[in-house]
Amino acid sequence: MSVQFDEKIRKTLADAKLELAVYTATGRLATGRRQTVAPEVFPQYEELRTQASAIKKHTIDNLDYYLEQLQTNVEAHGGKVVYCRDSAEVVDFVVKLAREKNAPNIVKSKSMATEELDLNEHLKEHGLEPVETDLGEFLVQLAGQRPYHIVGPSMHMTRYDVAELFTRHLGVERETDPPKQTMIARRVLREKFLKADIGISGANFLVADSGAVVLVTNEGNARLTTTLPRIHIAIAGIEKLIPRAQDLAVFLNLLSRSSTGQLLTVYTSFLSGPRRAGEIDGPDEFYVVLIDNGRTRLLPDEGKRQSLHCIRCGACLNICPVYRKIGGHSFPWIYSGPIGAIITPQFLGITHEPALPFASSLCGACSEVCPVKIDIPKILLELRAEVNQATASTTPKRLERLGFRLWSWLMRHPRIYEWAGLAANGVAPEAEPGKWLSGLPGLLNVGPAKAWASGRDLPPAPGRSFRAMWRARSRSASR
Amino acid sequence: MPREPILNAVRSALGRRAGQAPPPLPPARIVVPEMDLETRIERLLASVSALAGRTCRAGSREAAREYVAGVLDGRPAVASNAPFLSACGITALPQVRSGIHNREELRQICATIPVGITSADYALADPGSLVMLSGPEEARMISLLPPVHIAVVPSDRVITGLDELFSLLPNPAGISSSLVLITGPSRTADIEQILVRGVHGPGELHVVVV
Amino acid sequence: MSKPVSLFVTCIIDQLFPKVGMAMVDVLERIGYRVDFPERQTCCGQPAFNSGFREEAAQVARHFLETFRDAEYVVIPSGSCTSMITHHYEELFANDPQSLELSRSLAPRVWEFSQFLLEVAKVEDVGARMDAVVTFHDSCHGLRELKIKEGPRRLLSHVRGLELREMDPPEECCGFGGTFAVKFAELSAAMARSKVEAIVRTGAEAVVGIDSSCLMQIQGAMSRAGVPVRAMHLAEVLAGV
Repeated sequence: MSVQFDEKIRKTLADAKLELAVYTATGRLATGRRQTVAPEVFPQYEELRTQASAIKKHTIDNLDYYLEQLQTNVEAHGGKVVYCRDSAEVVDFVVKLAREKNAPNIVKSKSMATEELDLNEHLKEHGLEPVETDLGEFLVQLAGQRPYHIVGPSMHMTRYDVAELFTRHLGVERETDPPKQTMIARRVLREKFLKADIGISGANFLVADSGAVVLVTNEGNARLTTTLPRIHIAIAGIEKLIPRAQDLAVFLNLLSRSSTGQLLTVYTSFLSGPRRAGEIDGPDEFYVVLIDNGRTRLLPDEGKRQSLHCIRCGACLNICPVYRKIGGHSFPWIYSGPIGAIITPQFLGITHEPALPFASSLCGACSEVCPVKIDIPKILLELRAEVNQATASTTPKRLERLGFRLWSWLMRHPRIYEWAGLAANGVAPEAEPGKWLSGLPGLLNVGPAKAWASGRDLPPAPGRSFRAMWRARSRSASR
Repeated sequence: MPREPILNAVRSALGRRAGQAPPPLPPARIVVPEMDLETRIERLLASVSALAGRTCRAGSREAAREYVAGVLDGRPAVASNAPFLSACGITALPQVRSGIHNREELRQICATIPVGITSADYALADPGSLVMLSGPEEARMISLLPPVHIAVVPSDRVITGLDELFSLLPNPAGISSSLVLITGPSRTADIEQILVRGVHGPGELHVVVV
Repeated sequence: MSKPVSLFVTCIIDQLFPKVGMAMVDVLERIGYRVDFPERQTCCGQPAFNSGFREEAAQVARHFLETFRDAEYVVIPSGSCTSMITHHYEELFANDPQSLELSRSLAPRVWEFSQFLLEVAKVEDVGARMDAVVTFHDSCHGLRELKIKEGPRRLLSHVRGLELREMDPPEECCGFGGTFAVKFAELSAAMARSKVEAIVRTGAEAVVGIDSSCLMQIQGAMSRAGVPVRAMHLAEVLAGV
């Protein structure tokens, strides 16, 4: 694996406090999910999953149709649709609009798509500084960090980290009580809301038959972001589409349960354009920015296309034993956890972080909890084969392949395999019966044995293989 | 802006032609449970309480007004233009301002006033949500800016849940630019997973069913 | 009922934990089966498949198919090896129609040990006894691909003297994951430690499972941590009299 990946994992594993924070937070979310989808409480869960998966498949398989339908309906209600290939085009659009409308003050609600585009950093280069209004995002923005987890961006921070940030960046007196810290953030951000000209949001869903953007939050910041400023820009990946408003009965029932164990988040907004005649408040202008940013590259592969079905609930992160140990910042891209592991190589290239698809024990818990039934382990296995092909000419991979060729040959020649086993038993160190070994001695302490022994004891050599025992048993039985 | 290149890339990746109709969609799954009015009301109130919202079952419009007056406890409030609120006499309470149609004026008021009073288009028994469509009768800010939100709803607007909502309202965009579901008071657990209410939206929510 | 069953003992049990294989033979014979052991057997191909080397995996998988093609039943003391054969050979042989056909004809005859006992032999009580408090580890492949969950617990419920306590959290991966265990050694060991902590919390004297690779991972971590709990394969428990 790359040095960075290895380093980041090592660092997180060595930080007991961080590990505990991540393990506990994700545990709580996973428990919440389990309680709200239990068959006694939510008997329709599996049926909804099947339906959600089918709807997503249909939508993505016919995406152009629904994109066009979305645009027609957005425009019918007085809004505008803007297609952007990449970050540069989005930034260009926002900057031009802000200038044209004399709208320099920007507030933002949480959007992974905008993180993907590094929107804030790029806008800053043009003198625009959007303020993140989701509390967790606000905190990571102050800290200059990436969000840690799809749903809990500041999962890794302690109250002392927050106190530090507030004194340094907000000039307030040191405060370490989370409720009081929250009120400080509320006060600071309220001022921003009231002054803002533009509100930028993401979209949890784009509804084709309504020309609508659906936003779910618990704090109310998305509502404020999309109600107070005179301009609302919703930025979302083209894959966020669902066909009908009525499909929300399925998706909303799955999203929050899977994500946090809530039946619904506190606020669910269904926004279909600028304010209409007679409506008292709401923005005067409404833009839906649809981004490609590589999504069209994932479409051709029918087997892996389901990666685009993701509704960004975070359930796979919360259940993943690997994520729970190495946390969000160990991953090379903005999307972490199992979903991050499958889309990163597809978006950024198979060799961007070649070890990433291998950083999984393939336990399958992720696909079990995915509300849209993405078969993550299957895709990881495919990506592993692709990594091997793409890196075939590198020395480590050549050696590994050679090793497996040898192994394959051995496994097809049972006699030789048996002799190899006998030889291994022969050189294995003596051990007290039943005791495991803390390592192999001297020259034997290499490669896999060494790696294993760094954290676990090794099994003692059994003396005889099963087949040797079997033969002995058969011989004595036949006497 | 590259609409055509992106759409073309999508089409060629999917093996589809421009204008090609998609195969039929799986039908929308809407399952409306059977639940009589009494059960719906009880469920609504229980759901709201479980979310740390306060509830009141008012036997009459006067009772509703009295409850609201009690919550206000002399504090000023802004009320929406929902006819039901004036029918309950709530807009006539002293220190309750209503009848505002100007956005900027309303904003000024909502930014500083402690209590916002609205009705709602529907209330969902499960999971205890208020459903509000934006319009001349209901401005969005009133249920959003003030730290206390009181919603007064006639019992015949209490329905079973999301499925029933989307069966009654298959096309919300045809009615309003904004439909919002409010399910409990505003909250966050972003700092050490400690639950704090009233981050941005109202931290105190009252649901009055009449 | 002296039907023949063929044993696929798996390379890890053959080379490292042969007593597990013997225990399985004992149990099967006790309930009236005649066990045979096709000597040409080696491996199901899983290590190469999981490491992304499909060609090499397919070569070894074909050898498996040849070795067992005529077996009436193939019984395997491992969930992950069984699911490799019954679930993943499809992907592996997608472009090899001959092997695919052979694999499809063999798959219905391939059984993980506990599932064989319950669903083919239709036996729940094998006359075992073990005076101990144990906990049970649900191996991921067995759990999620073969739906093995209640089965072993039912079998254990008939073991005289045995008390079963469930772990919390249940169903968490032990961290073995094949070559993952050495490619991401530190991470794998960290996952094992969480598992060991959950085991210790039950107060059990032994942890029972259906997959020796998991048991090796868990025992390795317990031994390193000085935890005096024994990892046992289900077959070993059921063989106890």
